[in-house]
Amino acid sequence: MSRHGWTGRIAHVDLGSGRVEIEEPSPEDLALDLGGKGLAGRHIHASGPRDWDDPDLPFVLAVGPLVGTIAPTPGRATLMCRSPLTGAVGDSSVGGRLGVTLKRAGFDALVLAGRAPRLSGLVVEHGAVRLADARELAGAGTDTVFERLEDFGSVACVGPAAESGALLASVQVDRHHAAGRGGLGLVLARRGIKFIALRGAGKVPVADPAGLKAAREEILRLTHASPALMGSQGFSCFGTGSIFDLMDSRRMMPTDNFSRTRFPRAAGLNAYAYKERYRPEKHGCHGCHIRCKKVAADGRSMPEFETMSHFTALIGNTDPELVVAANAACNRLGLDTISAGSTLACHREITGRDLAPDQVLSLLEDMGRGQGQGRELAQGAARLARDRGRPELAMAVKGLELPAYDPRGAYGMALAYAVSTRGGCHLRAYPVSHEILRKPVATDRFTFSGKARIVKIAEDANAVVDSLTACKFTFFAASLEEYAKAYTAVAGVESSAQDLLRLGERIYYRERMMNAAWGFNAEHDDLPPRFFTEPGDNTGEFPVPPLDRAEFLQARAAYYAIRGLDEEGRPTDATARRLGLA
Amino acid sequence: MKSLLDKYAGKLVAAGLAPEGGPLVAGLDAELEWSREAKETAVLGELFSLLNINSLVFSPLAEPHRSLVEALAQEAQGAITPEDCETRTFLHDLPVVRDFAPEPLAAALKRRKGCIIPGRGLLAHGTVSPEQGFVTVSSMAFACFVKFFSDHLAALRRGAVDAAARERFARIASLLPPLRTALPDLDRGPFAAAGDAVRAMVQAGKATVDFGLVDSYFGNISYLVDDTLHISQTGSSLDELAGLIDPCPLDGSTSHGLTASSELTAHREVLLRTRARAVLHGHPRFSVILSMDCTEADCPLRGACHARCPMGRCVADVPVVPGEVGTGPTGLCNTMPAAMVGKRGVLVHGHGLFTVGQDDFREAFSALLSIENLCRSEYFNRVAALSA
Repeated sequence: MSRHGWTGRIAHVDLGSGRVEIEEPSPEDLALDLGGKGLAGRHIHASGPRDWDDPDLPFVLAVGPLVGTIAPTPGRATLMCRSPLTGAVGDSSVGGRLGVTLKRAGFDALVLAGRAPRLSGLVVEHGAVRLADARELAGAGTDTVFERLEDFGSVACVGPAAESGALLASVQVDRHHAAGRGGLGLVLARRGIKFIALRGAGKVPVADPAGLKAAREEILRLTHASPALMGSQGFSCFGTGSIFDLMDSRRMMPTDNFSRTRFPRAAGLNAYAYKERYRPEKHGCHGCHIRCKKVAADGRSMPEFETMSHFTALIGNTDPELVVAANAACNRLGLDTISAGSTLACHREITGRDLAPDQVLSLLEDMGRGQGQGRELAQGAARLARDRGRPELAMAVKGLELPAYDPRGAYGMALAYAVSTRGGCHLRAYPVSHEILRKPVATDRFTFSGKARIVKIAEDANAVVDSLTACKFTFFAASLEEYAKAYTAVAGVESSAQDLLRLGERIYYRERMMNAAWGFNAEHDDLPPRFFTEPGDNTGEFPVPPLDRAEFLQARAAYYAIRGLDEEGRPTDATARRLGLA
Repeated sequence: MKSLLDKYAGKLVAAGLAPEGGPLVAGLDAELEWSREAKETAVLGELFSLLNINSLVFSPLAEPHRSLVEALAQEAQGAITPEDCETRTFLHDLPVVRDFAPEPLAAALKRRKGCIIPGRGLLAHGTVSPEQGFVTVSSMAFACFVKFFSDHLAALRRGAVDAAARERFARIASLLPPLRTALPDLDRGPFAAAGDAVRAMVQAGKATVDFGLVDSYFGNISYLVDDTLHISQTGSSLDELAGLIDPCPLDGSTSHGLTASSELTAHREVLLRTRARAVLHGHPRFSVILSMDCTEADCPLRGACHARCPMGRCVADVPVVPGEVGTGPTGLCNTMPAAMVGKRGVLVHGHGLFTVGQDDFREAFSALLSIENLCRSEYFNRVAALSA
């Protein structure tokens, strides 16, 4: 088998000694795990069921075979470890230039173990890896780190939130991008790593350049035909915030800590309003033609949809400038905006006191600095609600705060939230695609019928996307059919959409195995009780009732059967053997 | 699930693509369900264990689709590659599988959305809904129809049609349904209220499907009320538009158009340039066929006609323009709206036909039907002239 697409080199770094060993996996092994999420999962699974702060549990940065080629939207990378926030699998697909620069520097993955004796940076350049002293950056905001390291091709770093022990700590990448969810920033900080700085000039060999060009044209044609991506009101023009109006009209906008599903002031807080006010420029991940990221004229990152929604409807705010400022603060401090917004909403409901704009910013600053009340809030909604004796008010699954799609308005999303391996995550199965955006075809969002298998197949597909490592947004338009052609052309590995789905099934099942070893079962595959007892806001056209508990449990049981799990949601030996995981 | 299976089986019959009782649709969640009992389920059921899918649509074809697909498959080497927009954008090619057995069928469906099974019909799968298989089967039938008649005209231009081919063509042409000329009684405009406009759109959309001027979920329709463009949603079937029309302010001040048709920009431009209120877009088969008929044998842009044809051709008074779906640099939003000024309709190469109405869809629908009838007559005129 050829070694196109991959560099064929994985750097294992002992952060304690600075020693670096290069693993050269066989092309067959690389093709089995693909890269990104698959490759990272292999290393974490192999290390056994360790605590997230066990130095022998690796923290992995990995990219896929498409990265660094002309395949559309290949500018992603995966960060993975066990989540400090949830205790489950913690991974994030992140954009910017991180993935392509790692590849150009000569590596498919960095596997970090041990703990640096002092605050350090990891410098990866031109095929070599070394530790650098980062003590002068202790406590620095991510903006300072990016300024200090601007000569590098790409930089990932943590902010003061991670250094002060926040479970909501993100890893910020190239100023405008974030591996936000699950507290991965805290893992890096505990390993003594402030930043990873990379540069390189290597090329990625492609087996069939003409075939890749043909696949690229097919994918571009499909994305240009996608209203959600390239339409005049789509992500390319307005960013992910363009979905804000739909969430309002579908009565799916989480409001007042998910106690309601419509925010009466939403109309003036949509993507158009932000565009008019901030005149943002388009910005994108390396090699992306969609360029959904937006940067305001003053240089601040424009908030993504979830941040727009959670820092308005969820916490009762109507000031867009507060949203932009909160987003900037989270980026600087290294906090996940979704979890931070949701935790503030939980705090607001528990105390029964509204949050003034300056209070929001002050609490975020305290969360990022580990001071005052912020220290408690930085542990996330689940711990906050538990410690205040109101555990039912944490709008989280497996401890991960829910994003801005109310599950009472999309039953596939409800099931997907519950069974996701990383907790309250919309991206594992991404039912928004068919339940809201009508792609590849529309499904009835108010039924569980058929959703168990749809969720399972979509999880498999997205495991492939995160392993290749491409952008999930592209799959509002293209499919694995076109990406299989691109993968075949890049790697020289004959493959089809169904071949890739089988690899995705294996990658995803391994995550269920890791979670089971960490103690997760059906008890954790559940939603907050509010969704089964309280209705959403009716529109007059359609009611938004509470989820039917019996139907939900029936759908979850169907999912377990389809996924090859036992009745408690645990992996079985038979399925593990079938997938080559036992 | 069963009602969904029956729905798409019924739609294939209603569209004239399949014989009554022919389609077989399956859906799998926890359990596998079929739209009806059939001997083919033994083979097709195996596909669910070979593929990570949740639905299948298998359909024998009604005439003339059956005969023309058989004719194309007879000469195919592995796959058929039509050059219409639906194939180019969504299907890529149509594999031909001669052995009705699980493994060869699975091998084809591993890499494509559907396949042709000579002597039996068309087969397609889905990972979300049986609607995917329905759309694929419908698109494959459309693509084969366009390819068969396009290939014959092109072969006549090359002088490469033998007696057997002429005889086969004549037989298949004789199976075409008769021309329809009587117009439906659509609501009269102009419509000042959004509700009236939406009702007229639902009505006109259904008529467009009933007259066979568009298949599956292709085509789109819009109407301008004040400063808001009401347009069908992406992936909506024109015969089921109720509740699936998005209001899109012309100033872009909301993003409800995120689920609007991929041709929102093109519709908007047409309305701004022509002062019309109604836009209707279908994929009438002979309109698409004639849009692809070209006499430039040695054109250096051959293969890129759909995106870059510079010839400025017309069919009678109807301009033919290049343009791909959506808003890309070669998107039809850059070509079609300008060509619509002063015209009743515009043909987009290999794709379909756009028409307009000043006040309502009576004019737009009339144009759609009459241009399709014109194209069908003109097609057979060209065939006759080249055959003489």
